[in-house]
Amino acid sequence: MTEPVFSLKNIVVTVGDNVQILKSLNLDIFEGDFITVLGTNGAGKSTLFNTIAGNLHIDSGQLLHHGRNISNEAAVTRTNYIARVFQDPKMGTAPRMTVAENLLLAEKRGQKRTLRSRGLTKEKLATYANITQVMGNNLDTRLQTATGDLSGGQRQALSFLMATRVKPELLLLDEHTAALDPKTSEQLMLATNEQVTTNNLTALMITHNLSDALKYGNRLIILNAGTIVLDVRNDEKSALTEEQILKYFIA
Amino acid sequence: MSMIVSSIGQGLLWAVLGVALFLTFRILDFPDMTVEGSFPLGASTAVSMIAHGINPYLATLVAFIVGTLAGLITGLLYTKGRIPILLAGILVMTASLSINLRIMGSANISLLNQKSIFSSAFLQDLPKYFDSVFVGFIIITIITLALVFFLQTEIGQAFIATGDNATMAQSIGIKTDRMTIMGLMLSNGLIAFGGAVIAQNNGYADINMGIGIIVIALASIIIGEVAFGDLSLNERLVAVIVGSILYRLVLLAVLRLGFSTNDLNLISAIVLAVAMMLPRLRRALKLDSVIKKGVTTHD
Repeated sequence: MTEPVFSLKNIVVTVGDNVQILKSLNLDIFEGDFITVLGTNGAGKSTLFNTIAGNLHIDSGQLLHHGRNISNEAAVTRTNYIARVFQDPKMGTAPRMTVAENLLLAEKRGQKRTLRSRGLTKEKLATYANITQVMGNNLDTRLQTATGDLSGGQRQALSFLMATRVKPELLLLDEHTAALDPKTSEQLMLATNEQVTTNNLTALMITHNLSDALKYGNRLIILNAGTIVLDVRNDEKSALTEEQILKYFIA
Repeated sequence: MSMIVSSIGQGLLWAVLGVALFLTFRILDFPDMTVEGSFPLGASTAVSMIAHGINPYLATLVAFIVGTLAGLITGLLYTKGRIPILLAGILVMTASLSINLRIMGSANISLLNQKSIFSSAFLQDLPKYFDSVFVGFIIITIITLALVFFLQTEIGQAFIATGDNATMAQSIGIKTDRMTIMGLMLSNGLIAFGGAVIAQNNGYADINMGIGIIVIALASIIIGEVAFGDLSLNERLVAVIVGSILYRLVLLAVLRLGFSTNDLNLISAIVLAVAMMLPRLRRALKLDSVIKKGVTTHD
């Protein structure tokens, strides 16, 4: 098999009074993996994301990016190749800036920001109208609106577009549809799936929705008490049922 | 009439402070107390240098640089030292009191018979008070245009995003600490520059001239916002300038009512407090509907 893009080797993360949240966790992420992440509250899903993104200190073990140890690399440096969509619609966008301005900002992820004009040209706006239209929630008609005035669904769709504007080597989706109503949530999930598969993105997606976890992605992992208790892909994943998954939650 | 011209001139000169504070108070979204130190720091730097025979334009430029250093220290205390911004600003403000005394060597220095940026023959030939209107207009126009340009650059947009949503800014690779420090340096540099210009206009620098500066700068921001409501970012900068002039005219009116200049700090604080509460008062007292009822005829 090819070399993994990211590799977590015996990762231990503790918080507070020596409470181990991640206990010697091992995970290899390969290019094109669309991994749905399941687990009960406190299983370590968010900790896993924060560890990969660089917001949490690794106590022992190694996080490798193309074989290079990035365990001590600052979070802001890792944004060069890792993008993230948060659960809270308020967290992913700048509320007083317009949709177009937010997209422009995201377009510079991984590049040096200079004293050149930001370059919000007519051509740019036309491009943005195209890419926002794909999300199917009228975001394309609100490019010049401050994001603070958008609906939660529109904001999350924008956050997703911002995260993928510059193709990341890894996309972290942290329950990005959980704060939305069922219809909007489904719409965003479909758009997410469409974008991830057509652009061949490598993604980790936390979800509490079992049917979503089974329906989307080409790999599924279940976290329990800080370790991975199930890791299946492709056919094996397709054969899984919700009943089988629930058994892993009990332990 | 000449008092009105004087007020407009003062409003234009002091608008530099409002526009500078806008960068931290509205864009980075925190109150920076450093300005009460960087304002007299700029004044004492420029006046001391001029008193030693140094070119007033150079002295004013050096004041700007010294101001950025004050902002740098506050920024480092806040971002790297994790000291709350209000306290970090107060620390630098307090420390600069001693620095200013060191620079001036006494509590105040006069510019009597010294050349200043207001000394050119052209400005001296203008009618009374028109020199400050002219200089104020040129300075604030240049600064505002420069800021309008800067805020539309890639770095400027990253700076705005930092104040708007730091978590998001970091997630797309913006070094928010660096942006915060840059904003504090730019803001305090401009405040010190304003201090240098105003001290030359007054003809002296005084150790106590920083007291109440943040209130005056805030007043121009808030009055501009209350007067004009929803505006684009560029328009808001212009609103601050107009707010600064309006504030001076309010002060003039109050002085005409018989208050003395000793009451100015009290009046400044009251003007700012009222302006900040106005949106709430409007709703609470239903002023809008009262006004509407007053001017629309009953059908």
